[in-house]
Amino acid sequence: MRKLWLNGTALVLSVLFIFPVYWMFSTSFKSNSQVLTKDPVFFFTPTFDHYSTATGVDLFWTFVTNSLVVTIAAVLLALVVALAASFAIARMEFKGRRGVVIAVMMAQMAPWEILIIVVYLNARDAEMLNSLVTLTLIYFVMALPFTIWTLRGFIAAVPKELEESAMIDGCNRVQAFIRVIFPLLAPGLMATSLFGFIAAWNEYAMVLVLNKSPDAATLPLWLTQFQTNFGNDWGATMAASSMFTIPVLIVFLLLQRRVTGGLSAGAVKG
Amino acid sequence: MTVHIEEAPAPPPPVRGTPGHGEDRRPPRRWLPSNWVPYLLIAPAIIAILSVLGYALFRNLLISFQEFGRKQLISRTTEWIGVENYRTVLQNERFWDSVVRTFLFMAANVVLIMIIGTLLGLLLNALGKKMRLVLAISLVAAWAMPVVATTTVFRWLFDTQFGVANWMMRTLGFSGYDQHNWFSSGLSTLAIVTLLIVWTSVPFVAINLYAGLTTVSGEIREAARMDGASSWRIFWSILLPIMRPFFMITTFLEIIWVFKAFVQVYAMNGGGPDRESETLPVMAYVEGMGQNQYGVAAAISVLTLLILLIAMSFYFRLILKQEKENS
Repeated sequence: MRKLWLNGTALVLSVLFIFPVYWMFSTSFKSNSQVLTKDPVFFFTPTFDHYSTATGVDLFWTFVTNSLVVTIAAVLLALVVALAASFAIARMEFKGRRGVVIAVMMAQMAPWEILIIVVYLNARDAEMLNSLVTLTLIYFVMALPFTIWTLRGFIAAVPKELEESAMIDGCNRVQAFIRVIFPLLAPGLMATSLFGFIAAWNEYAMVLVLNKSPDAATLPLWLTQFQTNFGNDWGATMAASSMFTIPVLIVFLLLQRRVTGGLSAGAVKG
Repeated sequence: MTVHIEEAPAPPPPVRGTPGHGEDRRPPRRWLPSNWVPYLLIAPAIIAILSVLGYALFRNLLISFQEFGRKQLISRTTEWIGVENYRTVLQNERFWDSVVRTFLFMAANVVLIMIIGTLLGLLLNALGKKMRLVLAISLVAAWAMPVVATTTVFRWLFDTQFGVANWMMRTLGFSGYDQHNWFSSGLSTLAIVTLLIVWTSVPFVAINLYAGLTTVSGEIREAARMDGASSWRIFWSILLPIMRPFFMITTFLEIIWVFKAFVQVYAMNGGGPDRESETLPVMAYVEGMGQNQYGVAAAISVLTLLILLIAMSFYFRLILKQEKENS
């Protein structure tokens, strides 16, 4: 009886949680007359019209390329810089180490949303508005603290003895790192880079303010293109939202199991 | 994926190779001048953080003491006006409304997220394998949705003419939902933003709590149940104390995240109608970009940061106190 009750609750909640996602996908496949109706249509033959509208806008492929370039560059940069820093923090003793750890933690909670205006002014003064470089730099610094934090944990989890025995066997420190630690870090590198990827891929506030020009815009701006003062093309909006969400959804589902365990220590969220 | 490994460890072995614990330190090899190695390794990270984030924080403080409007933006001149911006902001009723609104909004969100998240985490833990997978997939789907996409989807759900929310209200027998505008007041706009934020944030709490609970040995709970403890008692006296660090850190993170939530509020209704749904970050943005009052906007950000810091310091003290009691 208790089992039935629990399962029932879980089922209702699952439906509630999935509903907006379902509604987004289903709207994207409806014809315009089925979208623009007071009483929603639940059964229909899918049409791909909205997808061609959404991908047919000017510069669509520029948005895609911009998004990919900025995101990948920011994540790679963050990985390289974070790997160095986290190795120092996890494996070396030095003056000011605690200070660095605290600075990284603080940066992780950084109130970017509150600083949008100043970031805009700084970019403007440096003549770096509508630039992919600016966006890359900002996403890199946004991803950096979390990447350092997570990699530090992964490096610290590798027993020092492994490294030391490799050094006794004749490796120098660099070789020991490459042969012993690095392979063990692979899952950590994958997980952090994917989270960094998702965060940069989804970022909207900064690109809204800094890169309004269509040439330098990214996909989140494309998403809001179908809502104008003259009315919303809801079908196209939902098609764009769906296309934008699918990659993230897949990555998340693959990743979720691996990362949730050690998650409470780091802020894995936008 | 290839990563430039040369960047990571610098060649010479460092003087002391031990992490945190000082006990098993190896004797320093003084003949190697490698004290600078750790600094070299952390330098790029620190420089990047300071030059982008640190400089923004610093400049924000500077601008808050300047007259900085459209004129100064174009002519690139600096006019110092002392605390004038702060006076303007603090005398503005809209600012105080916004402060109160931000706190109520944050409190409502965090309380809802923590309670619902906890209940869902416990539910995940109590479910059988199949049903747990179903619920987990729904939760992860909600969690994975990009912020811009969720905000657009919620606007669609609550659309005045064709929104499914109005249809549902009509179907449930409520009248007056034919063309109900959910965004007609600041309060109802923020209520929908709350729904959105709670919906996207609950999975984080639930799934992590569940992950944490799986590490709590089932035997303790079995034993408590044998002794006749109720489920409530088991949660309150066993699980809650064990999971206390989790609840502390999660509440803390949620407070920060909700406090600085910008996209959800701004993209939902632009802070409207009539600026009635402006929280502090949105107000700073509207003053800055909308009204070209960059100095005033900076003053609002500084005050927002101060409030956030005070809230955080209370929280830090609470955590420290707890730590002391526990040890």
